[in-house]
This record gives sequence, C-alpha cells and structure tokens, in this order.
Amino acid sequence: MLQFILKRLGLAILVAFTVSFISFSLLFLSGDPAAALAGETASGEDIEAIRTLYGFDRPMLVQYGDWLFAALRGDFGESYYFKLPVAGLIAERLSVTMTLGVCGIAFALITAVPLGVAAAMRPNSLVDRIALFMSVAGQALPSFWFGLILIVVFAIKLRWLPPSGTATWQHFIMPTIVLGYYAMPAIMRLTRAGMLEVLSSDYIRTARAKGSSELRVMFRHALRNAIIPVVSLAAVQMGFMLGGSIVVESIFALHGAGFLAWESISRNDLPTVQALILIFSMFYIVFTFLADVLNAWLDPRMRSS
Amino acid sequence: MTHTANDPLLEEITGPTPGQLLRKRVFGHQGLLIGVIVVAILTLIAILAPLLAPHDPYAQDLMARMKPPVFLGGTWEHPLGTDHLGRDYLSRLIYGARVSLLIGVVAATISGLIGTAMGVAAGYFGGRVDAVVTFLINVRLAMPVVLVALAVVAILGGSLTVVICVLGLLLWDRFAVVMRASTLQVRQREYVAAAQAIGASTPRILLTEIMPNIANNLIVVVTLEMAHAILLEAALSFLGLGVQPPTPSWGLMVSEGKNMMLFEPWLVLIPGAVLFVLVLAINLMGDGLRDVTAPENRS
Repeated sequence: MLQFILKRLGLAILVAFTVSFISFSLLFLSGDPAAALAGETASGEDIEAIRTLYGFDRPMLVQYGDWLFAALRGDFGESYYFKLPVAGLIAERLSVTMTLGVCGIAFALITAVPLGVAAAMRPNSLVDRIALFMSVAGQALPSFWFGLILIVVFAIKLRWLPPSGTATWQHFIMPTIVLGYYAMPAIMRLTRAGMLEVLSSDYIRTARAKGSSELRVMFRHALRNAIIPVVSLAAVQMGFMLGGSIVVESIFALHGAGFLAWESISRNDLPTVQALILIFSMFYIVFTFLADVLNAWLDPRMRSS
Repeated sequence: MTHTANDPLLEEITGPTPGQLLRKRVFGHQGLLIGVIVVAILTLIAILAPLLAPHDPYAQDLMARMKPPVFLGGTWEHPLGTDHLGRDYLSRLIYGARVSLLIGVVAATISGLIGTAMGVAAGYFGGRVDAVVTFLINVRLAMPVVLVALAVVAILGGSLTVVICVLGLLLWDRFAVVMRASTLQVRQREYVAAAQAIGASTPRILLTEIMPNIANNLIVVVTLEMAHAILLEAALSFLGLGVQPPTPSWGLMVSEGKNMMLFEPWLVLIPGAVLFVLVLAINLMGDGLRDVTAPENRS
C-alpha cells in the first residue's frame, strides 16, 4: 500500500511540474509578452523598459525557474491590472468557488445515486428509461443556456430566487444546480452499472435467501459495495467542476476564482491567468490522487495496477 | 424447398448473415435512428444554407430591430424575428449550423488523429511508449479545458481557425484513453500474432490488423468529441472569447440575446434550444453506435 501511494504521489508531482511549465509557457504564446503588455500605442523604448522591468529579457527557462520557486513559496507575482499580489487576490475569491464546488458535487450525488439505484432495481422499467434519458439529455445541455433559462424562470418570472450575487445561501441554489447537473450523468450511470453487477452476486442472493427486506438488501448490502467507484468518480468530477465553474460564475456573477479567471483573461492579466490555471490543475491532481488512494485502500486489487 | 425445417445444421447455414443482423440492430434502435435523422437534417441545412436562408445573415436593418417570431405575433417576413441589429434570426440560425458543424467535424478530426496515434502506439508498443502516453494523458486531464482554451484564444485572437485548432489540440484525451484500451485488447488476438509470425511490418499490422478492429470504438468517440467540441465552442463564444461577431455562432447569439433576456427571452431560448437538439442528436448517435457495434450484442 505504501509503495502504491509513493508511486502515485511521484506521478502526481511530475504531472504538476509539467502542468506548471505549460501554464507558464502560455505567456510566450503571443510572441513578445513585453509588447503585449505595453499595448499597441507604446514606443520601442517603452517596450524595452517593460522588458527589463519584468525580466522578459532573460532566457525563458530562467524566468520559469524564478516563477516556479516563487510559486512554491506561494508568491505568484503581481497582477498587471490590480497591481496587487496574485496570491492574495485568488485566496480571497477561492472560498466562493470551493463552496460552489462542494455544493455542486453534493447535489449531483444526492440526485444521481438514488436515481441510479432505482434504475438498477428495475432494469428497462419506466424509471430506468427516464434515468437513461436524463443522463443523455444532461450531457447535451449547454450549461450557460441552462443557467440563463433558470434565471428567466425562477428569478425573473417567478421571483423565487435572486438572479446573481453571493449574499445569501439562496444565491447559491441555481449555480449549484447548473454546476452539479453536469456530473450527474456519469455518476448515475456508474451507480446503475455497479448496482447491477453487485445485485447479481452470490452474497446478495444469500441476503435475500435469509429473508432480509428488499430495502435492507439494496442499501445495506448492495449499495455499500457499488458506491466505492462512485466515490472516486465524484472526487475526479469535483476536480473537473472547479475548472468548469468559470462559465457558471460568469452567468450568475459569482465573484469567485472562475469569475476572476474570466476577467483576467479579458484584461490580458497574464500572471493571474497563469496562477489560476496552475491552481485549478492542482485541485484536479490532488483530487484524483486522493481518489486513487481511496480506491486502493478500499479495494486491494487496485494496488497492483 | 428440399431441406427440412428442423435440421439444425441447415438452419445454421441459412440463418441471417452478420450484415443482416447489423441492419436489424440498427433499425431496431430508436435512439440511433432519431440521432442519425436529426444530424442528417441539420447537416443538409448547413450545406444548403445559402438556398434556405430567407435573408442575408449579416444584413442589418435598424428599422426592424427585435421583431418577435411568428408564434409571438411577428410576421412571416422574419419567421423567427430579428436580433438587436435587425438581422434575420432564422438566417443567422441556419448559418450558425455551419459554424457548429464545421467546428465539431474539424476539431474532432484533429484531436482524433492525435489521440488515436498516441493511444494505438501506447497500446501496441507498451513499455516506455505507454508510460509516456499515459503521462501525457494525465497532464492533459489536469489542465482545465475551458480556462486554457479561453486563455489561448484570448492571446492569439478569436477567429474560427484559432478556436478549431485550440479545441483540436485540447480534446484528444478521450481518443487516447479509449484507443489505448482497445488496442491492448486487440493485440492479444491470434490474428495479430499470425501477422507477426508471417513477418508483416509494424505499420502494416497497425493499419490492416489493429485499426479495422478498433474502428467501431473510434467512431463512437468521434461522435462524442464532436458534441464536446460544439458545446465548448458555444461556451467560449458565449463568454466572448471564441468566434467573434458578426459571425453567426449559436453561442454568440445566446450571448447577444442575454442583455435583452428580460423582455425578449426567445432571443436566448431559440439558439440554445437548437444547440441542445444538435448535441443531443449527436450523442444519441454515438450511444446508439456503441450499442449496435458492441460485440456482446452479437448473439
């Protein structure tokens, strides 16, 4: 087990370094970052001054090394737009995004797991078909459009919920649904497949033979085993979701890290964008690592692969 | 008729051919049929856009701004109304189908080529090649797609070509994962060993033994990634960092309609609904193809 964790950790760290290099290289994609920063009206001397000021005249690898070591200490440089340390800006906004992510995955699990169980209890029944259709339709629903429809219906027509902002918990209801429905199809399908597999196993037959009630068989015996892969999928989905929160935050004007990313991209604020890409990647890497370790802990067969 | 009906040997010989069985499965699959029909209709609309569109999708008429669609009391002059610049909404929708389908097809082709090459190489050669490809897949999955795509499009400037290339270079992960797994299965088969034994070259084995036997999985991933690319383009354009105005993109139309959403919600509803229908149809097609071509369904 320890060997598995160390190996997996090594891989995670290697991936993290590669991602950090790629997100740093983005700066150089435009050709000359100094010219981009100076703007279209700047003279040649201005561009040169900016080049020396920000150290763009040094070799790229040296700049990367500097950036990385600073980043490891939690220093992501200064935002071009706000003229404030990037780390502070992001830390301020991260709580909104994390709240949204946790609510989103909780919503997805609360709706998708019971649906998957119900579908597996009666394969090819009406419930099963509705669940299947929802999962296919859910994947096709553009989240920005879904969000706008919710705003029109629940905020404008019915006036039940506030359309945007973060002031109260009601503000998080619609964003949670829009972010969470995206993870539902995968969780529902995996729950259903896992339940179908477990329900055909011998120990379920034994449980039924000894006269356990159907509900007890379902939840005490079957779901306990079928839920293991679902938990790790949920961790991975959570990593994806945080990266995808940019769309949801922009629709509902939630001033979280995703909104900051959108603003910073529009403003050409590259240090902030680099830091955000790196941080969102780190979330994904940490969540998948935890999911793998959890899987290996719960199911020793996974450790060898 | 000379043979007797209850002779099991003859029954086996005269039974349906694999082709007939496949046809039966295809026509028995509702989802697949609906998906194929809708995608075919939308593709025809995209190809025939100049013939079908009642107006020029770029022509502005500031005297006829935000005319409602027919079903909301408008006139047949503009069946789906006009937008905030007086452009005919139906014509823009029709031309928008071109943008979405073009992006879906080209981006899926680019990422398909990259991902398939990586996946097949990893699955067939194993060892270090596999380790490198698996590592690259992990790196790619760790990068937040929307964020990276937005940032790159913002740096390079939004245009149809840039959006297609960025999506094509980002969406190869599922191809690589699925093709790697499929190749791992296929390369254990006896016909691959036979080809190796008679001294066939590696490219020949990959192209004539491996590829045909993983092609069904490839087609399924192509459809799913097309849908993925179309949704992402719409999201990028919606955020203002994808295809740029005045190009008629459905995501952009939703974004432009957003400001008038309070009074004219149809400006948002119509393009989003069309986008939903196209992506749903492509996904139904992909899921259907998976069901129909899955070996376990061949009884």
